[in-house]
Amino acid sequence: MKLVDSLRLRIATLFQRSEMNAEIEEELRSHIQHRADDLERSGLVRAEAERRARIEFGGHEKFKEECYEALGGTFIETLVQDACFSLRVLRKSPGFAIVAILTLALAIGANAVVFAVLNALILRPLNVPRAESLFGISRWSDKSPYQSYPDYLDLRDHNRSFDGLAACNISQAGLDTGDNPARVWLYEVSGNYFDALGIQPYLGRFFHASDEHGPNSAPYIVLTYAYWHAHFQDDRGVVGRTVRLNKHPFAILGVAPPEFRGTLLFFSPDFFVPIVNHEQVGGADDLNARGTHWIFMVMGHLKAGVTPAQAITDLTSIGSYLEKTYPQDDGQMSFSLARPSLAGDFGGRPIRAFVAGLTLLAGLILLAACANLGSLFAARAADRSREVALRLALGAGRVRILRQLFTEAILISLIGGAVGLWGSVVLLRGLSVWQPFPEFPINLAVSPDASVYGVALLLALASGFLFGAVPVRQIVQTNPYGVIKSGSTGTGGRRMTARDLLLVVQIAICAVLVASSMVAVRGLARSLHSSFGFEPRNVMLVDTDLSMAGYSSDKVPAMQRRMSDAMQTIPGVASVGLVDSPPLHMGWTTSIVFTDETTDLRPANAAATTIRFEVSPDYFRAAGTALLSGRTFTGHDDKDAPRVAVINQEFARKVLGSATNAVGRYFKRQDGTRLQVVGIVEGGKYTANLAEDPQPAMFLPILQSPSSETWMVVRSNRDPQQLAAAIKSRLRGLDAGLPSFIQTWNEAMNGALFGPRVATMSLGVLGVMGAMLSITGIFGMAAYSVSKRMRELGIRMALGAQRKEVLHAALGRPLKLLAFGSATGLLLGILASRVLAFIVYQATPRDPLVLAGVVLAMALLGLLATWIPAQRVLSIEPLILLREE
Amino acid sequence: MNDQAQLLPGTLDLLILRAVSLGPLHGYGILLRIGQISGNALLIEQGALYPGLFRLVRQGLLKARWGTSENNRRAKFYELTAAGRRRLREETDSWNRLAAAIASALSQQPEET
Repeated sequence: MKLVDSLRLRIATLFQRSEMNAEIEEELRSHIQHRADDLERSGLVRAEAERRARIEFGGHEKFKEECYEALGGTFIETLVQDACFSLRVLRKSPGFAIVAILTLALAIGANAVVFAVLNALILRPLNVPRAESLFGISRWSDKSPYQSYPDYLDLRDHNRSFDGLAACNISQAGLDTGDNPARVWLYEVSGNYFDALGIQPYLGRFFHASDEHGPNSAPYIVLTYAYWHAHFQDDRGVVGRTVRLNKHPFAILGVAPPEFRGTLLFFSPDFFVPIVNHEQVGGADDLNARGTHWIFMVMGHLKAGVTPAQAITDLTSIGSYLEKTYPQDDGQMSFSLARPSLAGDFGGRPIRAFVAGLTLLAGLILLAACANLGSLFAARAADRSREVALRLALGAGRVRILRQLFTEAILISLIGGAVGLWGSVVLLRGLSVWQPFPEFPINLAVSPDASVYGVALLLALASGFLFGAVPVRQIVQTNPYGVIKSGSTGTGGRRMTARDLLLVVQIAICAVLVASSMVAVRGLARSLHSSFGFEPRNVMLVDTDLSMAGYSSDKVPAMQRRMSDAMQTIPGVASVGLVDSPPLHMGWTTSIVFTDETTDLRPANAAATTIRFEVSPDYFRAAGTALLSGRTFTGHDDKDAPRVAVINQEFARKVLGSATNAVGRYFKRQDGTRLQVVGIVEGGKYTANLAEDPQPAMFLPILQSPSSETWMVVRSNRDPQQLAAAIKSRLRGLDAGLPSFIQTWNEAMNGALFGPRVATMSLGVLGVMGAMLSITGIFGMAAYSVSKRMRELGIRMALGAQRKEVLHAALGRPLKLLAFGSATGLLLGILASRVLAFIVYQATPRDPLVLAGVVLAMALLGLLATWIPAQRVLSIEPLILLREE
Repeated sequence: MNDQAQLLPGTLDLLILRAVSLGPLHGYGILLRIGQISGNALLIEQGALYPGLFRLVRQGLLKARWGTSENNRRAKFYELTAAGRRRLREETDSWNRLAAAIASALSQQPEET
C-alpha cells in the first residue's frame, strides 16, 4: 500500500512540477520580502534591504531543489534526466557506446541461449500433471533404463510405491493411410500410459489398460497433435478411421493435446500404439522374452507420501525376487529413479554435465565482459575527472554524480541486454525447429519463455551494477580543486591498479575460453581421424524394414536376396552388403556370450557383452572392413549349415584369450548354441559414440539369424544423387509398398558425430567470443594508456627517444598484462581439463598443439588489439602535440 | 556570529515543531520564533528551513495553508497536526534524556570513573 501511495505521489508530482515549483517559489519570495520588511524597518532603503535579504537567504535555487526533493518529486524526474544526459554523453562517444553495447549483447545473448537450453532440458519439468512426482526406473548397475516386458509386468503389478507404472518404447514403422507408405516414429506404450501420466485427449479417446487382451489385441493409434496437424490437416473426422501400420489395420482413436510431445524431451513421436501389439509394430515377438531388455523406459507417479528412497527399496525387493526366480534371464536387478525426460541418468548425466559446463563458460563470458566494461568505465571516469570535478565544485552531490554514472551503466547494460536477447530469441527460434538428423524426429523445444526474458533482464541489471561499481572509488575520492588546478594528468604510478587487475582477470578468462575451444576442435579432429573399422566414403546406406511391407519369416531372406541382386545390376556398383544395423549409428544390439566350457548360462557367468551384427557375406567387402585372418561368410553359411561367426580382435582377446589361434575355436550364446569362429576382422567404433573404448563385436551370417530390419551397404564411385535415384527405382520395381530411406554413410554418421560437433560448435562460439572480448579489453586499455600519456610521450620524443622506446613505454604495460593474463588463463585451462573432459571427447589441454595454439592466438590478439594505439604512438608529432596542450 | 552554535543534524525538525506548537506561523515567523526561544544562540541558514518544512508536511506532522501575514503579505502558515504534537512530545522526551545523559557524562570528574 505504502509503495503504491508513494509511487502515486511521485507520479502526481511529476505532472504537477510547474505548479509546485511556482508555489515553492512564492513561499521563498514571501520569506525574503518579510525579511526585507524587517531590514527596512531597521533603517535600510528598500532596494538594499531586499538585496541583503536575498544574500542572507542563501542558495535560492539549491533550496528550491531541496524543497522539491523533500516533497518526493524528483525520483523519476532525476532518472529521466540522468537517462537523457547519459544518452547525450554516449552519443558523443559512439565508439565507446557501440563497443560496450556489443560486448554486453554478445555476453548476455550467449547467457540467454545457454539458459534457455538449461531451462528446456533440466529446469523445466515435463509437461504432464504432477511432474514433480514422475520418475523413471533405471537399473542401478549401468544406469540403463531398458526393461523386458515380463519384468515390467512384475514391477507394475507388485510394487506398492507407484500410482501406476507405464512402459514406453521408441519404435519405427511403416504407415499406409491409403496412398503413399511412409516411415513413422512412434511410442509403443502400455495401455495405462495416458492414465498413469494423467493426460486427457484433445480429440476422441485414448486407449486404456482395459483394452489390452494379450498380444496384438489392441490395434489402436493415438496421434500426437503435431502429426495430426501436419499430416491430417486438423481433420476432426480422422477419429475412427482405419489405417495400415506395417500392413496391419489399426484404428485411429484420438489425438493427444498439443502440449504433450511424449515423455522424452528430445524425441517427439508421430503417434502412440499399445505395446501389446509389439509383434505387428516392432516385427519381433518379444513380449514373453524375459531376458530381452527392449522397453526403453518404465515410469510412473510416486504415490502421495512415498519418497524416492522408499520406492527404490520396494522395487529392489521385487528385483531380488526376480533375480532368484529367473537366474537365466535377469542379472542384477537393483534400481534407481531418475526423471524420465532425458531417459533417466542414461542420457541425463552426459547432457546435464554438458549443459552445466556450458553454463559455467557462458557465465565466464559475462564475467569477462563485465571486467572489460568495468575497466572501460574506469578509464572513462578518469577521462571525465575534469567534468566530475567541475560538477563537484559547482555544488553537485557525489551521490548525484554516482547516480548519473550508474544510470549510464544500467542504460548500456539494458540496451546491450535487449540487443543480446533479440539475437538469442532469433537463434532459439531457429534451434527449436532444427532437426539435426533428417531421419529422426529429434528436436528440442527451446523457444524462449518468460523465465528466459527474466533471466536476461536480471543479468543485464546485475552486470550493469557490477561494471558500474568499478569507478565508484575513483569518483568518491575525486578532489575537485586538485583536478581543476593540475589538469588531468592521471596517475603515472607503476603500482598495479584495480583496472590492471581487471584486465588480467578478463584476459585469463578469455584465455580459458580460447583454450577450451581449441581443445574441442582438436578433439573433434582427432575423433574424425580415428579408425572406424569401416570406410564410409563412397557408400550409400539404404534403410528398409521388410516387416513394414508385410514380409515375415521365410519371405525375408528371399526378398533380401532379390534386393541385393537388384542393387548389383546398377552400373558402377562395386559391392552390396546387408547388415541389420550399421555401426556408428543410433541403435545397436548387444548379446552376452559365454566361453565354450561354461555350462551354467546365467548372465552372471557371461564372458563378455558383445555388440552383435547380422551381415551378408559381402558386407565386409562393401563396408571396407579388413579381414585379419580366417575367412568371411559364404552363401553356404545358411540355416542348415553349422553356426559360425566372425569376431573382432577385442572379442578374441576377451572371450578366447588371444587373437592368434582364435580361428576354429568355439563359444556359446545364451540359448546354448555353439558358434565356431571362422574369421577375425579389424576392430572399430560400433555404438553411436566416437569415444568408445575397444568393444568386443561379433558378426553372424544373416541367413543363420534372420532380421527383417535391413540396411543395404552399396559401395560405388557414382555420384550419390544419381545412385540414390537408381536405388530407389530398383526398389520400387521390386515392391512399391516398401518404405526406404537412402543416405550416404557419412550422412548417417551425423548421429555419432552430433555430440562432438555440438560441443565443438558451442565451445568454438564461446572461444571466438572470448577472443573478441580480449581484443576489446586490451584495445581499450592500450588506447586509453596511449591517450593518457600523449603529452609525456611527446616530450620523450622531443628529447630524442627512439620510436621503439616510446612504443615500449606506451604499450609495454598492456602487453605485460596480456602475457600475465594469458599465462594465468592457460594454467587455469589445464587445471580445468576435468571440466572440459565432460564436454568434449579426448579433451586434453596438455596437448602441445593446443598449448602452442593458445599462446599464438593470444599473442595475435594482443598484436591486433594494440595495432591502432601503436599507430597512434608512432604518428606522434611532438611539436604539434606540445603546442596544442 | 561565533558565539552561535551549529545545529546538530536532525534537531532542526524538533525546533520547527516546537516553534509551531505555540501557534500557527509562516516560515519567516518560525525562524524568528526559534531565534526568540533559543535566545539567538543557534545558527540557522534561512533557506535551509524550507526543505525541513516541506519534509514535515509530507510526513503529516505539519499542515500548511496560505493566509495573510501581519505585514499584509501573502504567506504560507504552518501548524501542528495531532501526529506532529505527539511526535514533538516523544522527541522532546528523548532529547531530554539524551541531553541529561551526555551532560551527566561530561560533568563526571575523572577520579570518579
